Amino acid sequence: MKHRYRTPLSVARGLGSSKDGLSHWWKQRVTAIALVPLVLWFVVSMIALAGQDRAHVMTWLHSPFHCVMFSLFLIVSIYHANLGLRKIYEDYVQVRWLQLSSRVATDFAAVLLGFAGVFALLKQAFGG
Amino acid sequence: MPMTMRERPLSPHLQVYKVELPMMLSGLHRITGIALAVGSILLVAWIESAVYSADAFAALSRFLGSFFGQLMLFGWTFSLIYHAASGVRHLIWDTARLLDVAQILSSSKILLAITIVLTLLAWILGGGFPGGAL
Repeated sequence: MKHRYRTPLSVARGLGSSKDGLSHWWKQRVTAIALVPLVLWFVVSMIALAGQDRAHVMTWLHSPFHCVMFSLFLIVSIYHANLGLRKIYEDYVQVRWLQLSSRVATDFAAVLLGFAGVFALLKQAFGG
Repeated sequence: MPMTMRERPLSPHLQVYKVELPMMLSGLHRITGIALAVGSILLVAWIESAVYSADAFAALSRFLGSFFGQLMLFGWTFSLIYHAASGVRHLIWDTARLLDVAQILSSSKILLAITIVLTLLAWILGGGFPGGAL
């Protein structure tokens, strides 16, 4: 028989795990692993681009490799940041409506930033 | 029978603990994470200006070249390298390795050393420090 860790009283009270903690933890780790190579690429790229003019940056963005890496870096890092910020709201914002609205506002900002960033990158890559 | 909730034990406040390096680094992981989240707004603004507007790109470049801009970029470099290195240590911890107190103390010092060396290296390779304001 499968071992049950929760007592009958705990089940009856219906409090406790909402069962999405593991999912949050797992997504945070998977995005963290993906970010290891992406951050290496990003740091090397930013060092190469430091002090360069706009024409140079635009030529660099034209490369399919850098466009794909930059898009992945944006999407994964913004997703990872959104997960982290949600935890911070849960830890430090006690007022429920404020916690929820912070979370929703951050979700919106994350999607907006990601879409705007990736759209500009694609526009440049496809010769906009 | 009325349902009574027992008073649950609370964990003690942070202030009762002696301040040690690993606990400061734990806080730093969160602080640098928040800084990086805010920094992503600037990163997207940089992409937008590069793609859409020469004037905006020039203005942003001027700002980033100013003392305050350079200070911000240096903090950003530090935050990214620290958060990444500290994150890798978290991933190692997740495999149940390096969890002894002695190992946590020594890996904290190694983490700090790696962060400082890589931050300075990235900054100098990117053309900062020698001759410049920052």
